[in-house]
Amino acid sequence: MQVSSVKFKLVEGTRSAGQSIFAHGFRSFLTTLGIIIGVASVIAVVSVVQGFSANITQQFDGMGTNVINIESFTPRKERLQGVRAKLTYNDYLQIKYKIAGISNVTPTVRMWGSNAGITYRGQTSSSMIVGTASTYQKLNTVYPERGRFFNASDDQSRRRVAVLGPSIMSKLDIKGDPIGQHVGVSGEWFKVIGIAEKRGKLFGFDQDDFILLPFSTTRALLGGAEEPDIIISFQVNEPSQLDQVKQQVKNLLRRNHKLDQDANDDFEIATADQMLDTFDKIIGSTTLVLGGIVGISLLVGGIGIMNIMLVSVTERTREIGIQKALGATRFDILLQFLIEAVFLCLLGGLLGLILGFGAGSLISNLTGLPSATVPLWAVILSFGFSAGIGLIFGIIPAAKAANLDPIDALRYE
Amino acid sequence: MSKQTIIELKGIAKQYVMGSESFYALDHIDLDIYLNDYIAIVGSSGSGKSTLMNLLGCLDYPTNGEYKLKGTDVATLDENHLAGIRNQEIGFIFQNFNLLPRASALQNVMQPLIYRGLPLAERKRRAENALTMVGLQDRMTHVPNQLSGGQRQRVAIARALVTEPAILLADEPTGNLDSTTTIEIMALFDQLHADGQTLIIVTHEQEIAERCHRVVTLKDGHLMSDQLNQPQASSPSLEVNAGV
Repeated sequence: MQVSSVKFKLVEGTRSAGQSIFAHGFRSFLTTLGIIIGVASVIAVVSVVQGFSANITQQFDGMGTNVINIESFTPRKERLQGVRAKLTYNDYLQIKYKIAGISNVTPTVRMWGSNAGITYRGQTSSSMIVGTASTYQKLNTVYPERGRFFNASDDQSRRRVAVLGPSIMSKLDIKGDPIGQHVGVSGEWFKVIGIAEKRGKLFGFDQDDFILLPFSTTRALLGGAEEPDIIISFQVNEPSQLDQVKQQVKNLLRRNHKLDQDANDDFEIATADQMLDTFDKIIGSTTLVLGGIVGISLLVGGIGIMNIMLVSVTERTREIGIQKALGATRFDILLQFLIEAVFLCLLGGLLGLILGFGAGSLISNLTGLPSATVPLWAVILSFGFSAGIGLIFGIIPAAKAANLDPIDALRYE
Repeated sequence: MSKQTIIELKGIAKQYVMGSESFYALDHIDLDIYLNDYIAIVGSSGSGKSTLMNLLGCLDYPTNGEYKLKGTDVATLDENHLAGIRNQEIGFIFQNFNLLPRASALQNVMQPLIYRGLPLAERKRRAENALTMVGLQDRMTHVPNQLSGGQRQRVAIARALVTEPAILLADEPTGNLDSTTTIEIMALFDQLHADGQTLIIVTHEQEIAERCHRVVTLKDGHLMSDQLNQPQASSPSLEVNAGV
């Protein structure tokens, strides 16, 4: 068969499919409802997850991919035996002065639970207390919306100053200008010198619920004989030297901690890249699982289409007979019904796309998640899948129509 | 008078098998149909006239025999070629009109031209001409439901004519029409015959058969008589009727 003739048949088939679909507008809509809902759920889910993922990636990018975080790590087995690995202030100093090519080396200590009580004019609450150096600002791109961040001299002279996350304001019901007021942390009073920028929620976790204190002040606050376990973060000046620096730090810490040759590390060195990779994997598998579930709903939608198409073939038996008497070949009839099924599915896909994006945007707005984005691959996949469903589930009804005997079909009442 | 043969049937048989029994709906029929013939095929129900109609219309295969349409043995053709023959050489007119219910008169008439691969503009031009020829130039956008029985049959005739077929096959074309409309449709057939069209009309109505120029009578699958008719002459139709 000539290419031009197939093209002609496709054009005519599409024309007649369009007429047939719009002649039974409501039924066509009901027929394709399964596809509409299926595609709408794909797009809604994907748009929310992707919008979310884009937002996270952005946050990691803000952190800089050449930032390294080191935390202590105790295997579960040892933890059960009461052993706890620790990174100390000494480790921090060693890294800061012995490793070349790094900057903004920052020690961080966190206070949780009973230590983390905060008070203000009789109001009490709790928050995440972070004791850190002034370089924390550069590593984590925290900018004060009002006031200032603490500087090196605040840290050196153990000043009792605090930078508050914006959520603390409402938590403690602080009214008026917070700068210059005092809040209580672990029974000591701190002067508020700055309020950080709002960041919003992530996984339902409030990123604005924290109090930043100078590192030295926090250490003093924790007091006691026991040294706190700290987190050490720094920036590698040359991203190409990232692996080299990691190895140097690793060797240094192992020496410091007097670990045997065959002992495991009692610390973890993580880069933002690694975290991003892990996150991408989580998002990827989440999308896959959700996609699978939604795929099943598309399958069900396809079966719905097949069902109605089969009814439609029976209903139009006589028409098919007439068309055959007028000279339609099997291929003509097959193509006509296949195109109709694919056309239906594509229309459903389009409606689903619009609906899904609307639903995704609505969900994002209502839950405060980052705004929904629909990646091109999801659009192409939805349409491709819809067309595929139409083809697969259209073929049985179309073959049934094409194989009708013209005489029987003409006699059909 | 030398006539150009359009259809040659030689020993055409159609056998139906039902369980252990079998019977011939058509029992080895020989029939030649010539250009511009105006034939009525008559017979009681079960005489095999519908079967003959289906065979002539290439909707069905004979069990035995040779069917030559314009020199081609169609019994040997595959389904796609038969569809082509139905499209190019045969125009069907049915008792119940068999129009596509959701399509307008114009779309109905354009339909067979789709299978011929004609572009839309050309289809439209030809379909409008055909509808004008049957006097429906004012009803082109009407769907079958909005048309009277006579008008519907005119649409069907226009649809059969639009492909300029070698033969026009009408199966009880006036069976669903009242007497006034029947006369109108028969006048249209007379006109088509006068214009050179070959017409085959299957009917059981005497008045219809009387208007045709040749009457073929079937009974129990056998060809009983094949007589020429002079419609305007005294009353040769009586002889035909006597044979039925």
